[in-house]
Parts: sequence; C-alpha cells; structure tokens
Amino acid sequence: MNIFRQLTAKPWVATQAMVDDFHVGGTFFLSPATLGLRVFLAAVTVLFTLLIFAYGMRMELEVWRPAPQMSLLWLNTVLLVLSSFAMQGTQIAARRGDIDSVWIGLLAGGFFAIAFLGGQIVAWRQLNMLVGFNITNPAIGFFFLITALHGLHLLGGLVALGRTTTKVWRGFDVVQVRLSVELCTTYWHYLLLVWLVLFGLLFSGSDSLGILLTLCGLR
Amino acid sequence: MTDVTPNTVNYLAPAEVEDVELYHPKSFVTKYIWSQDAKVIAIQYAGTAIAIGLVALVMSWMMRLQLGFPDTFDFISPEAYLQLITMHGMIMVIYLLTALFLGGFGNYLIPLMVGARDMVFPYVNMLSYWVYLLAVLVLVASFFVPGGSTGAGWTLYPPQAILAGTPGQSYGIILMLASLALFIIGFTMGGLNYVVTVLQARTRGMTLMRLPLTVWGIFVATILALLAFPALFVGAVMMMFDRLLGTSFFMPDIVEFGESLKYGGGSPILFQHLFWFFGHPEVYIVALPAFGIVSDLLSVHARKNIFGYRMMVWAIVAIGGLSFVVWAHHMYVSGMNPYFGFFFATSTLIIAVPTAIKVYNWVLTLWRGNIHLTLPMLFAVAFIITFVNGGITGLFLGNVVVDVPLSDTMFVVAHFHMVMGVAPILVIFGAIYHWYPLMSGRMLNTALGHFHFWVTFIGAYLIYFPMHYLGFIGVPRRYYALGETSFIPLSAHTLNEFITVAALIVGFAQVVFIFNIVWSLFKGKKSVRNPWRAASLEWQTPQVPPSHGNWGKELPVVYRWAYDYSVPGAAEDFLPQNLPPDQVAIAKGHEALGVQAAAT
Repeated sequence: MNIFRQLTAKPWVATQAMVDDFHVGGTFFLSPATLGLRVFLAAVTVLFTLLIFAYGMRMELEVWRPAPQMSLLWLNTVLLVLSSFAMQGTQIAARRGDIDSVWIGLLAGGFFAIAFLGGQIVAWRQLNMLVGFNITNPAIGFFFLITALHGLHLLGGLVALGRTTTKVWRGFDVVQVRLSVELCTTYWHYLLLVWLVLFGLLFSGSDSLGILLTLCGLR
Repeated sequence: MTDVTPNTVNYLAPAEVEDVELYHPKSFVTKYIWSQDAKVIAIQYAGTAIAIGLVALVMSWMMRLQLGFPDTFDFISPEAYLQLITMHGMIMVIYLLTALFLGGFGNYLIPLMVGARDMVFPYVNMLSYWVYLLAVLVLVASFFVPGGSTGAGWTLYPPQAILAGTPGQSYGIILMLASLALFIIGFTMGGLNYVVTVLQARTRGMTLMRLPLTVWGIFVATILALLAFPALFVGAVMMMFDRLLGTSFFMPDIVEFGESLKYGGGSPILFQHLFWFFGHPEVYIVALPAFGIVSDLLSVHARKNIFGYRMMVWAIVAIGGLSFVVWAHHMYVSGMNPYFGFFFATSTLIIAVPTAIKVYNWVLTLWRGNIHLTLPMLFAVAFIITFVNGGITGLFLGNVVVDVPLSDTMFVVAHFHMVMGVAPILVIFGAIYHWYPLMSGRMLNTALGHFHFWVTFIGAYLIYFPMHYLGFIGVPRRYYALGETSFIPLSAHTLNEFITVAALIVGFAQVVFIFNIVWSLFKGKKSVRNPWRAASLEWQTPQVPPSHGNWGKELPVVYRWAYDYSVPGAAEDFLPQNLPPDQVAIAKGHEALGVQAAAT
C-alpha cells in the first residue's frame, strides 16, 4: 500500500478495519538497519548541505581568496575511489556467497580508507606549512572544517567496517554478514560522493561557484 | 462507523505476528544501568532531564530575585546574571524539554504504543542516553571552570559570545559548544531508533493511521530534530573553530579594548541563520509531542474519540514541514532585506492555520464529551488555554511592524515562555499524572496534584500576563537592573516585585510535585490495571508496569484505532486496540440490531 493511501485511510470506518486488520510488517520493504542508515544519511546530507550554504554565504562577504591547490588531494581522492571500488567488489562477493573475496574486499576497503585519512592529515600539515598560510582565509578555514567532518564520518564508518571484518575473521557465515557489508558499501559510496562534491567546491574559484550561489539566491 | 458486532471472520491468530530476539540482561548493572531496555532508558532520560531542569528552575528564581529586588543580593553580579539567563534558557529548551519529550516519553511510549518489544536498535539506544548524560555533565562542568559558564545569552550570538567581556569567554563557551555537539550526537542515535521503530516495528494490524497521536507527534518531531539539529551542530563547530583555531567564519574585523583582533571578514548573521534554522523547528520539536500527548489525554479523559483524527495527523505533518521555512522571523531586527521579512512573516502566519485546526479539534473533542476533571484532563485543558494565549502573541510578533518595536522586550520573554515554556510543561505534568501508574504501578497523590496544578496554572498567569505589559511599555529583556529610567514608571518596578513573588511560589509548587513523585513511588495508592480505562495499546500489557519485552509470550494484534470510546452498542465505554472483535461485549438491547454504531 502506498504511503499516500495509508495516510488518507479512515481508521474508524468498518470497511477500512477489514483492510487494516491484515496489515503486517514495516512501512517499507527494508530491514530496520537499512532504513536506519538511510535516515542517518538524510541527516548527514543536511549537515553537509548547510556547510555548502555557509560556504557560499561566507564567500560573498569578501574578495574570495581560493584555497591553495594541493596535488596530494588528488591522490587522496583516488584512494577513496579505490576504497569505494573495493567495497563494491565486497558487496558483489557477499551476494555470490564468496566469503574469501569478502574477507579480501573488506581488508582492501579498510586499507584504502585508512590511507585516505592518513593522506588528509598529511594535507593538513602541508597546508599549515604553506607560505602565506592564513587561518582567517575562509577557504582555508572551510577546508579544515569540511575535511575534519568528512574524516570523522569515515572514521565512524571504519568502526562499522571493523566490526564486520571481525565477524568474518571469527568465521561467521556469509549470510550473517551480507547485510553489514551492504550497509558499509552504501555508506562508503555516499561518503565518496560527498567528498567529490566537497572537493569540487573547495578547489573551484568563485566564478565556477557562481551558478551554485545564484541557485541559492546568494548572488 | 465502528462495528461492534461479534465477528470471527477477520480474526487473526496472534501466532501470525513476527517476533524479534531481545537482549536479556543478566545482572543489576545490565538491567538498570547499562540497560538496553527502552523503558529503563526512558526513566534514565527523564531523571537526568528533570534533575538538570531543577537546576535551571533555581536559576530562574535567582534571576527573578535580581529583577524584583535589585541591589539586594550581593551574590548576583551582572556577570552572574548573564550566566543565569544563558544557562537557564539552554537547559530548559534543549536538555530538559527536548530530552524529556523525545528521550523520556519517546522511549517509554513508542515501543508500547506500536506493539513492539523494544526499540529496533537497543544498543544504540543505550549509547544515546550515555552520550546525553555526558553532554549534561560537560554542561555542568562549565559552572566550575575559571570564568564560569558562558553568559552569551541562550542564542550564543557571535561575535560577543567569544569576545572578552562576555562571561565564560575563556572556557565556558567552549564547554557549552562541546556539550551541544555531544547532545546532538546522542540525540541522533536515539532519533534513528524512534523513527525506524515507528516505521518498521509496528505489530500486526497497527497501520500508520491506527497510531495514537502521541506517537505521531513524537515521530514527526524526531524527524524535525534529525534534520534541524545539524544546523546547530554546524554552527557550534564553526564557532568552536573561530574560538580555538582563529578562523573567521562568524567573526568580522573587530577592535577589542582598542586592539585590532586577528579576525576578519566573518559574518555574525551567518550564525544567526544557522542557529534559527535549528531554533525554530526546535519550537515544534517540543510542541509536536505535546500536541500528540494532549490529544490522547483529552480523548481518554473525555471518553470520546479525538475529533478529526486524520486532520490532526496531517496538521502535525504540515506544521513540521512549515517549521523549516519560518526561521528568519527571529531575525527581523538583524537588518535583513524587507522582502525577506515579508516572506517570513507570511510563512509564519500560514503556520497558524494547521495549528488552529488542532486547537479547534481539541475543543470539539471536549464538546459533549463525558469530561472527567482528572489531573491529566486539568493539565490538558490548561495547555489549550495557555497555548492559545502564547500563539496569539506569536501572531503579533510574526508581523514585522509589530515585532520591531517589541523586539528584545519582556513581551518576547512572556510570549515564548507561554508558548514553549509553560504550555509544553503543562503537558509534561499531565502526561506524568496520566502514565505514572503504568510506569510505577502506583497512583500519584491527588490532593498534592491539585495543589500542584492550581498553583502552577494560576501562578504561571500571574507571572507572564504582567510581563506582556512590561514589554509594551518598553522594559528590555536581559538587563541586570533597570535603574532610574524615565520611560519606566515606578509601577513597573512594583510589578517586577509581584512577578518575583509569584515565580517563587510557582517554583515551590514544583518541589511539591517532585515530592509527590518520590513519595508515591513508595507510599502511593496501588494502581488498578488501566486505571483511566484507556484504549491505546500501552495499557494492555500482561504486567503493569510492563516487564522486559513488554508483551509476554506473544505480541499483541491490533483491531482498531486508539480512540474507540463510548461506542454506541458496546457494553464497555472503551474498546482496547487489541480486543478481538469476537470478544467485544455488546450492551443489553443491542444484541439483535447487528450494530453499526456511529463512533464519530
């Protein structure tokens, strides 16, 4: 039954009761964990969207000083893409029932994600040592803020990934870890998408952000 | 139409209900401290929220003492006064009201009302409480650090919040921001539980439109909170960066004590947008659960189905949606574009429509009902009156031309205390009187309850009605002392003294209430099962108070909505949600009629 029909039902009517009495199960054909993750991602999307709005509003207040270009971030992006690919492979293996590939995929996904986080810390240090580093430059401030929040979310994902990996290591059946693998994969793809948007945002000049600002009514 | 004819055709065997596996605690610690049982977590949330709320209550006494009798109390300095108003506001809005409605009532009532054994993620639910407790402890710690807690006002507006001269600039503001971030993390864990449990863990027969309005209110409020709290989180983290790392998100070029600071280019208005993008939905995060609970209290204690159930659900959803497009009505005096103000004034007035629908439906529920003036009913009626009062002054302030002269006066203080202070608190009291027998197995003392009600209700009006007049004549809010000011007459000072005395008496009534809760736990009259003869599912558990897992061996099956009261043709004046149609007792004289009785 679609959600609109559910919300327009008249529960006090006898004929409706005959339909309602047979209701069973959740509102959506999803496991609670899957729905929980989606609701969480909705909240995280609001968080990062607000950051983008804040970035746009702040940009408009002065002559924009773009963040210094750092080639390391391209390498970090590749690492995160590889991590996401590894997780996708893990999900496929889990659906095939291939536990050995799941094990390898989880380790690879975790390794690339940790390498990405390490790369981000190195990027922070590089930025800190740049000539003309000025923390009041909003582009630099936002770089620290956004990468920190994104990194913390990835760190949280690594906790879930670690729990899943431990289950596989302890000999759980592939059926018992399939859902966890699928949820981790969804989360990884989501964080990659967020990073690509934020990366593009941070290293675009104000001109290329003009469309975004216009859309938001800020310019 | 509700069919009360014995009916076996649609009867569903309980065995058809899918069950879940629960974590079973084995020790005192896992049962009552590191508990994963939503009911225990609810009590933990409520206990912590009420405890910190009492601290905020004492703060309000101190503020009133200063305002009523300035130059009398040496221990209340101007800095301390600012700290008191800041902490009082923040504690009451976030750490008491939000936590108590969602963490307290949400945890206790959602699984019971939807027919689940527990929340869907019990471990995460447990973490939610402990992170909340940590947030409270961090907040409390700010009282004891050098410089004390922040005195920036509960809105924490930069740049003053992090500049020298504002109390708590050194550590207090940092702990406040950290505490808010922790609260939001903790709430998110709990909020995911509430939403997913309502959507996915309802028992057989419990459709969305058979949910009690209490669940609807808490459910929509939780969604609002999950989407609005990120704004506060972003604002808090950005201000923390400004304070600790020297970034300039919110800090403009600024000269402090003749010295140019290193900040530059930031926007204080940006913080205001972020804060109020959270702040206005926060009003409804508190109000929607109150709306839902009061609907159920009215229905049960007037022995009548709620009037316009579907409209009530839609109004809750509509108010939730609209609450995200009114935030800038808190910023009319920030120098915003007049067209911007026009838009937000319009959206603010539009939100009055679904809200008014709810008020009409509450009144129409009472109309020709079999009204029992029990304590929950008294509080529910008091809520309607108070909410209408606060809502009408909200219409004043929603209009730019009226808001500008009244901004930052005591009128605003009176308005928001009526609408989101007194009104929701009245519902909390009503809800506690209503569900205390379920939670404890004992009744609260009625005589003490009546004393508590009448002193609180009348006292609240003695406090806040005069405050509107103070606002009209221009008495500003957040001022430590008014001094000799030509436009403030002597009568205003006398009125301030009167308000202070009233506030102290109302505060004392709350002490009586706390005494009643504790005393009744041990000495209260033992409650019969379902003492209010309520139809909703939480009262139909095999044991009272409900045991771990709520439902014994088998989950309940639901056959009707939660509002079948005084159904014509039925022998009892209420039909529990889980009473099978073939067990409905028919009133004498109706057996042969094949009753199809009108229930609405």
